[in-house]
Amino acid sequence: MRNRILSGLAAGAFALAAVPALAQEVVKVGLILPMTGQQASTGRQLEAGAKAFLAQRGNMVAGKRVEIVVKDDQGVADISKRLAQELVVNDKVAFLGGFGLTPIAMAVGPVATQAKVPAIIMTAATSAVVPQSPFFVRAGRTMPQMTFPIADWAAKNGIKSAVTLVSDYAPGIDAEKFFKQRFEEAGGKVLDSLRAPLASPEFSPFLQKAKDLKPDALFLFVPSGQGATLMKQVIDRDFAGSKIRVIATGDVTDDDLLNDMGDSVLGMITSHDYSADHNSPENKAFVEIFRKVNNNMRPNMMAVAAFDGMELIFRSLEATKGDTNGQKLVDAMRGLKWMSPRGPMEIDAQTREAIPPMYIRKVERKNGELYNVEFQDAGSIKDPTHTHTK
Amino acid sequence: MSGSHDKDLQSASARLLKQSHSRWYEWLFWAVALSLFVIFGDFIPGVPTRLMLLTEIVTLALLALSIDLVLGFAGIVTLGQGAYFGLGAYVAALLAKGGAGTFPMSDPVIGLLIAGLVTGVFGFVTSFLVLRGSDLTRLMVTLGVALILSELANQMRWLTGGADGLNGVMPSAVLGIWEFDLWGRVAYLYSLAVLFICFWLSRRIVNSPFGLSLKAIKNNPLRARAIGVPVNARLVAIYTIAAALAGIAGALLAQTTQSASPDMIAFHRSADGLLILVFGGAGYLYGGLIGAAAFRVMQDVIGNITLQYWQFWLGAVLVALVIFVRNGIIGMMVAGWARLRKGDGQ
Repeated sequence: MRNRILSGLAAGAFALAAVPALAQEVVKVGLILPMTGQQASTGRQLEAGAKAFLAQRGNMVAGKRVEIVVKDDQGVADISKRLAQELVVNDKVAFLGGFGLTPIAMAVGPVATQAKVPAIIMTAATSAVVPQSPFFVRAGRTMPQMTFPIADWAAKNGIKSAVTLVSDYAPGIDAEKFFKQRFEEAGGKVLDSLRAPLASPEFSPFLQKAKDLKPDALFLFVPSGQGATLMKQVIDRDFAGSKIRVIATGDVTDDDLLNDMGDSVLGMITSHDYSADHNSPENKAFVEIFRKVNNNMRPNMMAVAAFDGMELIFRSLEATKGDTNGQKLVDAMRGLKWMSPRGPMEIDAQTREAIPPMYIRKVERKNGELYNVEFQDAGSIKDPTHTHTK
Repeated sequence: MSGSHDKDLQSASARLLKQSHSRWYEWLFWAVALSLFVIFGDFIPGVPTRLMLLTEIVTLALLALSIDLVLGFAGIVTLGQGAYFGLGAYVAALLAKGGAGTFPMSDPVIGLLIAGLVTGVFGFVTSFLVLRGSDLTRLMVTLGVALILSELANQMRWLTGGADGLNGVMPSAVLGIWEFDLWGRVAYLYSLAVLFICFWLSRRIVNSPFGLSLKAIKNNPLRARAIGVPVNARLVAIYTIAAALAGIAGALLAQTTQSASPDMIAFHRSADGLLILVFGGAGYLYGGLIGAAAFRVMQDVIGNITLQYWQFWLGAVLVALVIFVRNGIIGMMVAGWARLRKGDGQ
């Protein structure tokens, strides 16, 4: 027994003292992802997206080898912050990336600023995140970018009244606010705005209330990963039978979960920047390599955000010719334009926000699987919170 | 009659005095803790900085220490210590945020004291709930208090930031001299100092007549009451002290990570604290400290080997430890030491 303890202690000491890589020509990217806990599916998609990028592009850029270091923060903000510090100080990462939830990005912000390390926001979708640090650059999308197109679509397609149901946290409240703003500007009326707790999702009382209000449409937003739970309860309430259309941002019909939701979600209209079904050579290549290196998994919006995040990292390194000065890298990312699997992507030169293309999609069955099939191009929208203030 | 009473009193006080003397291995323990600062503080080339992890261990250790006081010494089964931890975290974070990095509101030490005071008062108020009923009821009551508080933190968006937590938490320099740095040097020394003071206080408490009466209550509350121990008052006192310590632990975490979020007050903090204490060994004071170190280091090591499945292996180790060893790591060490001494004697 004593031997076992000793060897255990020794193993612990070793791990604490693990020697950092010294090679000069390696550029490290520290990804802080929720690999366990409630958000684990998000973490898995993000890691897989980054892996797919390296498989497609190779890991050499500007004469340097890019290496990914993945850390599990369990979706807990104080752990994320600690991991960010360790990645900066020990692993000497040139980039940080990932961040499953808004509070996590907020917690990491001061570290990025203090260490002058660019941090790529791949998941957290609150508009308020990027202004928190001059080293934040967004590769994903923001809530208003996702909600405006669906509000426009609803107003143009005979929907006069709506009820919103969102998760009670910053992105959810953003979704509610921007849907209401846009929909009412277009002449619609939001009858009620309901918020369900984020931590223990139980939607049925809210859904019943929404149904009792008899709106033309129910607008939904929950973080990706909770969509399946929500949709099951939505289907149980038979909204279609009471002539209430269910519309949502694409998070609800997440590619990762969509296929398991069953035929009852057929015909559901959502808005988002990415569908695995998007018809372009870039996306075909992306889906193919993603499936190849990740056990035939289907990529979702998280995967594509990680893929584009890596694209940003590679392009910025190219521009600086391998210089890893944080300020230079961030400046190189400003105004970048490229063809992403989701369509034409751009980084706003002023605000460091992503400007992704948006689409209106409908759930359809294709080759035996459920997909979000895009039927209307909603164009690219700058994040309105910044255009409003500036 | 009175002679034998005096004698008993004398032998009891002699025993307490003997127990309160510090042993060589205790000095060794704290010396090791301090030396970790030099080893992992980025002073030696090639050795990575792990002070942030060590700081996290210190805050967990303080939480586990507070659970040890109520569970290991007074025998109150609790699943709610995370509530006081989280309350302390929010109080400290709000103060630091409100002061925007200036004295006196953002001062870490003042923040720590206020957080301890607030959680102590809250602990005092809730302790009367804990007095009621048996172990199972206590488990439910403490859990209930924790759940209420975590839901409040989630709902009071205007104050706590809701599910998004608080940001812009900027504690000023410790004692106005040392700023919190990226390496976690100040954070570690600061938390270690706080842990040491809290530990020293706890040690004084359990080795006092008061502490002895707690042990009597733990062993048999009915008999303790019969010999004149004011059971309820004692339980209220220790519960209040432990709540304040848990609050200070939470405040430390909020200050050193410069954030507060609902998961600081979530159920898993209570569960982790309890787990760590059982892991290290309840009723020794050092159990929580050693348990916290072993738990987090193991989590880190296994997490580096298998990113997604560390929880499985950690669970396996815990189950094995509970099955094969009594009283956690310290229990194992005590048993090993006893066997060694026996071997010497023969």
